[in-house]
Amino acid sequence: MQPAPTLAARLKDAGLAAGVALLLAIPFIGLTTVNTDQGLSVATRWPWVGYAVAAVFAGRLLAGYLRDALAGRASAATSARNVLPTGETARRLGRGFVIAGIGFAAVMPFLPFSDRYILDLGTTALIYVLLGMGLNVTVGLAGLLDLGFVAFYAIGAYTFALLAKFAGLGFWLSLPLSGLVAALFAVLLSLPILRLRGDYLAIVTLGFGEITRIVILNWQSLTGGPNGVAGIPRPSLFGISFERRPPEGQVSFHELTGIAFSSEHRMMFLYFIILVLVLAASWAVWRLRRLPIGRAWEALREDEIACRSLGINPTAAKVSAYATGAMLGGLAGCFFSARQGFVSPESFTFIESAIILAIVVLGGMGSQIGVVIAALFIVLLPEFAREFADYRMLLFGAAMILIMVWRPGGLLSGRDPTLRLSDRRSPPPAATESL
Amino acid sequence: MDGAALGLGTFLQHLINGLTLGAIYGLIAIGYTMVYGIIRMINFAHGEIYMLGAFVAVTGFTLLSALGVQSVALGLIVVLAASILFTAAYGWTVERVAYRPLRGSGRLAPLISAIGMSIFLQNYVMLTQGARPKPLQPVLSGGITLWQGETFALGITYIQAFIIVLTVALMASFTVLIARTPLGRAQRACEQDRTMAALLGINVDRTISLTFVMGASLAAVAGVLVTMYYGVVDFYIGFLAGLKAFTAAVLGGIGSLPGAMLGGLLIGLIEAFFTGYVSGAYKDVAAFSILILVLVLRPTGLLGRPDIEKV
Repeated sequence: MQPAPTLAARLKDAGLAAGVALLLAIPFIGLTTVNTDQGLSVATRWPWVGYAVAAVFAGRLLAGYLRDALAGRASAATSARNVLPTGETARRLGRGFVIAGIGFAAVMPFLPFSDRYILDLGTTALIYVLLGMGLNVTVGLAGLLDLGFVAFYAIGAYTFALLAKFAGLGFWLSLPLSGLVAALFAVLLSLPILRLRGDYLAIVTLGFGEITRIVILNWQSLTGGPNGVAGIPRPSLFGISFERRPPEGQVSFHELTGIAFSSEHRMMFLYFIILVLVLAASWAVWRLRRLPIGRAWEALREDEIACRSLGINPTAAKVSAYATGAMLGGLAGCFFSARQGFVSPESFTFIESAIILAIVVLGGMGSQIGVVIAALFIVLLPEFAREFADYRMLLFGAAMILIMVWRPGGLLSGRDPTLRLSDRRSPPPAATESL
Repeated sequence: MDGAALGLGTFLQHLINGLTLGAIYGLIAIGYTMVYGIIRMINFAHGEIYMLGAFVAVTGFTLLSALGVQSVALGLIVVLAASILFTAAYGWTVERVAYRPLRGSGRLAPLISAIGMSIFLQNYVMLTQGARPKPLQPVLSGGITLWQGETFALGITYIQAFIIVLTVALMASFTVLIARTPLGRAQRACEQDRTMAALLGINVDRTISLTFVMGASLAAVAGVLVTMYYGVVDFYIGFLAGLKAFTAAVLGGIGSLPGAMLGGLLIGLIEAFFTGYVSGAYKDVAAFSILILVLVLRPTGLLGRPDIEKV
């Protein structure tokens, strides 16, 4: 262990950081331009520069002491990075956690603290879980970096919106169709770009995401352009509607049961639809991972050349990974349309793709529990920061950086391989962090 | 005046507009390509760095006119220098805070960190400088009429000429910098093999820091130029410009310096001609479609070296 730095060294380090902070603060915190009638004029906020520089100085000094204290403790224990249990214990813990989580999610709407706001938040979080699971197949399992996943979300959402508008189809019929259409687009996209790898693939998917949004924005006659599509029908339960005035041929829930009408029932119903969708998707992905195709995905992620030598068809594996991921994205999009009753291109910007990717990476690539935890985290964090109103997204960005610096492999990085030849004899291979 | 002459005139006008736009994209693209070449990461926050440069320019020009500085040349030099200084400081800090701790931990972690940094910087500028667009008085007005027809005049504004000349000069000096100076040699060495470079006595951390500083300086110049060209800036301009500049870098072959310049010019020209002859609404679709097409036919970009796969 290195000797702790002297006070003078610490002060010098913090002083340097404060100097950089001064340079950074002058043009943006110290000076600002104000729009006036005669054009722009400059305003100054010098006291704020002083606060910022002082904060950086103190923060750097404290962080230095804190890091040394933590390092001392970590070297006493085995390693700070591997606090998560592995092997059999982890599997048992994981299973208990999953059962408890599902149980809680199922009874949550009936618990006393649950209200419209909590239900709404839960539904949003579950949409992101579903999206995260979709992207997890492409990025986490098959190792194909996709920066335009929001395109499949948008395609699913617009498939339902347009089917309802032009063909009068309902939610339940549109749901599988949305998934299929999204998967079809994924196949069409993936065929020409299978030769690409790594970052080239990422940028093409990014381009595809932007193209989808721009086409939706500009194809006025079909999609309504920036005005979007409104009046999307709400889902019903075997012909039972949750609206105050049910559409033709349906009975309403409050008339049928005699319970006074409340729009909260509809929100509860939506919440259960997405919960069931998430559970079904997660079960399907969990099973798929054990099928030859799922094993091919994971093998592809680890080493494409080895895969090819062992007789796995990389093309089939890639296309199927894209299609499966996109299908889940399309289902999430269809549900999103049904929940909002309105879609517009604004909901499908690049930042959504970035957030979904952040969920997959924060959760730990390939880990399904990780996706759930990260999705909850990403959706709830801005809500808790609501008091800071304007500062929410600033804190969100900062949190993304801090979490990555703290745990570069994601929250659940010590994951086990899905399949292992023999538990006893072979030592578990080290978890790789490469793409 | 006949139709053919008019057609040619329009074509040349689009060419001039496209070259101007392409010059700006090229300057930003160099930052992407240099960083990618040396540490193999997509610096997603680079578009925001360019946006920071544009904001320094707005503040700088406003401050100078408030102080009563009349000389355009003096104003340009001061603002360019200030923008390069402050923006480079941001570029250095971004690498230090968000990327250096993640070196050697896979490819996705730095990418997410970069996206976080991009969100952070956008909101930082929105909070400190306001969300409304900033309109700026024209700094350099007027132009040269190259050809005067009855209904149509072909011209190049002084700003366009300035942008093209400055960009060509910067790119030329940059090529020399990379090819001839010790710093350029160190960069190329780190690009090929970082461990070996470190063993041979190259300070890898310092070289990477300087790469970020150089990329940010060029982005700052692009920010100043775009502020003068369009005369309006807001906190969101970094996203699309960054995306297109990155597209340009990939189109030219990421990691290759001449590739970034070529890619930038191509994207600028595609945008100008598509806007002029087909439709303005779909100009970004055209740029991305051509990118996809080029990558399908030439997966390493136009001037990129093939990535040799090792077993």
